Amino acid sequence: MARVVVDVMPKPEILDPQGKAVTGALARLGFGDLSVRQGKRFEIDFDGEATPERLDEVRQAAEKLLANTVIEGFDVRVEQP
Amino acid sequence: MTAAALERQIQHGAAARADFKVGVVTFPGSLDDHDALRAVRLGGAEAVPLWHASQDLRGVDAVILPGGFSYGDYLRCGAIARFSPLMGDIIAAANAGMPVLGICNGFQVLCEAHLLPGALIQNDRRTFYCKDQKLRVESQDTVWTNGFYAGQEINIVLKNGEGRYIADEATLDRLEGEDRVVFRYLDGNPNGSLRDIAGVTNYSGNVVGLMPHPEHNMEELTSPSLDGRGFFDSVLAFLQLSG
Repeated sequence: MARVVVDVMPKPEILDPQGKAVTGALARLGFGDLSVRQGKRFEIDFDGEATPERLDEVRQAAEKLLANTVIEGFDVRVEQP
Repeated sequence: MTAAALERQIQHGAAARADFKVGVVTFPGSLDDHDALRAVRLGGAEAVPLWHASQDLRGVDAVILPGGFSYGDYLRCGAIARFSPLMGDIIAAANAGMPVLGICNGFQVLCEAHLLPGALIQNDRRTFYCKDQKLRVESQDTVWTNGFYAGQEINIVLKNGEGRYIADEATLDRLEGEDRVVFRYLDGNPNGSLRDIAGVTNYSGNVVGLMPHPEHNMEELTSPSLDGRGFFDSVLAFLQLSG
């Protein structure tokens, strides 16, 4: 069993209203200098090894559905057990 | 023209238009599909309910993707609805010239389907926003706005949480250069949309998406304006001419 993690983040130039809201809430709690951007983490499991071919397949899935590349970037990596 | 003659002319127009079928797609989580179906009838066409999981466009002449929260807005607004079985048929029909109107969540679906450029993200004010919104019609050169005139100011209900239109600078420049910005917000930008954009069209002008809800501006009883009727007058005039 392999686990691949896809991190999806809003592109740097895109306003991130959720991150902004969290940043504001943290400031009110005394964490004044923490600037937050919020994204999504997908954990994808499949049987067998995380071969380069399987990673390519996950990248295609991320490109097609998990991320909207107009506004988001994504990163694919294998999670070590 | 006498009132009676005008009435006869309107009835004649309505009878001629009833030959056209306008479909409204219901996705799981659609909210305004029934208002849109009613608006189609009030606009003088036959309203045809379409189910997202079927692959049958039921012979419609035009399609409306209604407002709501398809698939609970999970992942991103419109991202899962865009892969509904019926959307494959709608994308093919739209590319072949069929008029398609995306309202609010429908606009988000059209962007996710890449039938329209750009994307819609959370409002800059970070709250759901609901008001009677003044708009300027920037382009009458579309299937859904040919009954307006360029520069016309209209009032249409706006209600959304994720209505902030964004695209990169090159795309925005191209949209403006090709006269594809269809509506702009007036009297203040309600959600931070770039260049005050409220609606855009595709290159051919048959696919239009906007965040405001013309289907709510059809009747005196519930609408501060009847400006939504112009959308239906426009598409039916187009269908009559092209039919």
